[in-house]
Amino acid sequence: MTQIEEASRSTGLREWLLSNEPQSARQARLGRAYATWSAFRENRLAMLGLAIVLLLVVVALFAPLIATHSPNVQALGDRLQPPSAAHWLGTDEFGRDIFSRLVYGSRITLYIVVLVTLTAAPIGLLIGTVAGYAGGWGDAVLMRVTDIFLAFPKLILALAFVSALGPGIENAILAIAITSWPPYARIARAETLTIRNSDFIAAVKLQGASAARIITRHVMPLCLSSLIVRVTLDMAGIILTAAGLGFLGLGAQPPLPEWGAMISAGRRFILDQWWVATIPGIAIFVVSLGFNLLGDGLRDVLDPKHRS
Amino acid sequence: MLNLGRTSLGKAAGQRRRLPRPVRNAIGVLVSLGLTFLGLLMVTFLIGRVVPIDPVLAVVGDRASPEVYERVRIELGLDRPLYEQFWIYLSNVVTGDFGQSALTSRPVLEDIARVFPATLELATLGTLIGVLLGVPMGVLAAVRQGRWQDQMVRVLGLFGYSLPIFWLGLVGLLLFYARLGWVSGPGRLDVFYEGMIPTVTGMILVDSLIAGDLDIFRNALGHIVLPASLLGYFSLAYISRMTRSFMLEQLRQEYVTTARVKGVSHGRVIWRHAFANIRVPLITVIALSYAHLLEGSVLTETVFAWPGLGQYLTNSLLKADMNAVLGSTVVVGAVFIGLNMLSDLLYRLLDPRAR
Repeated sequence: MTQIEEASRSTGLREWLLSNEPQSARQARLGRAYATWSAFRENRLAMLGLAIVLLLVVVALFAPLIATHSPNVQALGDRLQPPSAAHWLGTDEFGRDIFSRLVYGSRITLYIVVLVTLTAAPIGLLIGTVAGYAGGWGDAVLMRVTDIFLAFPKLILALAFVSALGPGIENAILAIAITSWPPYARIARAETLTIRNSDFIAAVKLQGASAARIITRHVMPLCLSSLIVRVTLDMAGIILTAAGLGFLGLGAQPPLPEWGAMISAGRRFILDQWWVATIPGIAIFVVSLGFNLLGDGLRDVLDPKHRS
Repeated sequence: MLNLGRTSLGKAAGQRRRLPRPVRNAIGVLVSLGLTFLGLLMVTFLIGRVVPIDPVLAVVGDRASPEVYERVRIELGLDRPLYEQFWIYLSNVVTGDFGQSALTSRPVLEDIARVFPATLELATLGTLIGVLLGVPMGVLAAVRQGRWQDQMVRVLGLFGYSLPIFWLGLVGLLLFYARLGWVSGPGRLDVFYEGMIPTVTGMILVDSLIAGDLDIFRNALGHIVLPASLLGYFSLAYISRMTRSFMLEQLRQEYVTTARVKGVSHGRVIWRHAFANIRVPLITVIALSYAHLLEGSVLTETVFAWPGLGQYLTNSLLKADMNAVLGSTVVVGAVFIGLNMLSDLLYRLLDPRAR
């Protein structure tokens, strides 16, 4: 009995969500989110990507509970041990447990991705929407600057920035953020241009809304979905760049368990103790793949140009 | 997206002036080339100014007297306002003067000229591999859309976008050099062969052929094959993905159906009809991928101890040799911007729709 009741209630909820005549703005929004989610759920690879990203977040949040050892305590007697029951993925050159370092390293990866995104995406969004809404000279100048930054070699520029600011995780984040905002500005501008002359903007304007209000309240929210797609697709690139900086010794500094730096440290032992350098690489690969799959899936459901 | 903006600008200007369109296009590209390069120099200049390293100390050393310090400071123009310093920097760079490397105590430009051919050799071979494999794979994926060939190309591409190149290089060395012995190890040549042939182009594969020394050629090939294949793989990932989407767009068109209905053979429809139409956008994709390989070789060169610009840059970075760092940045940036613009220009000259 209860099962049937539950089932009928859930179909009721489903109908309420997918109703063609939503009674409130909240119902419409939830309904649209539900429809997007249903489309997204169909894509098995995208779900795999989502699972990987969620796993990364969970591991990062509960690192102390998941790790079997401390990531930084050295045990020189146990150095360079192969994978075993005591050390699931072996130990590194200081006898530190590689599995535990990977687990804590997920925090650094997540930290970098989130901070770069939170810095670069708003900059791009602001420049793009302002340029697109203002038009004329402002647009020309802002877009010229964006084009210039877009034409730069990203990795080399990030390297030069880090070398000027000094190695370290915060500077690596800043350098990556400085070089990654231009595509977001272009996307936001393109979206703004399509929205700018629509009737609802004219209506808001007639009500006396200022340009700042129109941009922040009415234009920016509509740019978000394309931006989210692009940002997700870029996250794999951000992870790879950060790992590359770490590998070169310019990103996170020891003893931080950053995955790229771990590969770099394990390089010297690659011939005899292959696991030290290869295992962190697999972690980087899996996480980047997760973000790529998630981004592809999001693009399929959110980007109108790819919607079939 | 870039093209749209400029073409419409070009159209508006065309109604006023009556220069032939290709000339106007070329001028437009040159102007944006100049502006972008100026922007690059502004950024490297500012980076050079925010460095916590004192440029005067780098020249005179810790034990110089205050008088010497002051003299060098004025010599370097550091007492003048920022815009004047930028002007000095600009005129130096334009004449090819990037200052001296603190590490090698030679002019930076000389160092770069010495190491650049190695990078060029690697990136060119990588692009060649990427094009020769990536284009047919992209075409195949489009023709067999949804079948296993398409899935395979997709997975290869996805992996290419997700694998750290330096890690793949290490694993490749471990597997193909240390375990299987199929390829030679790091470096460009076995030590035994170093300096045995005269340097003409700086690219050993070419120089050894000029000298007619096949032993050295074979040896060099054994060294370059792994790093070049790696770079080639990453270029393939991008090129095959783009080729696939260009081809899909063409195969949907009605002229393809018409050709098929008229009884044109399968291979001819694909290569003579559809492929002919994607050659131009493909050229721009290849140019872009080449530019990215030049940049991406930084990490590869570190792994393979390849004495190119990437390794020079990383070494200078770690030793805080700012002149060398900024000089390399400008050179890589200039090549990158140049290739970017070249692909843009080619696209407009070759594609009738863009004209």
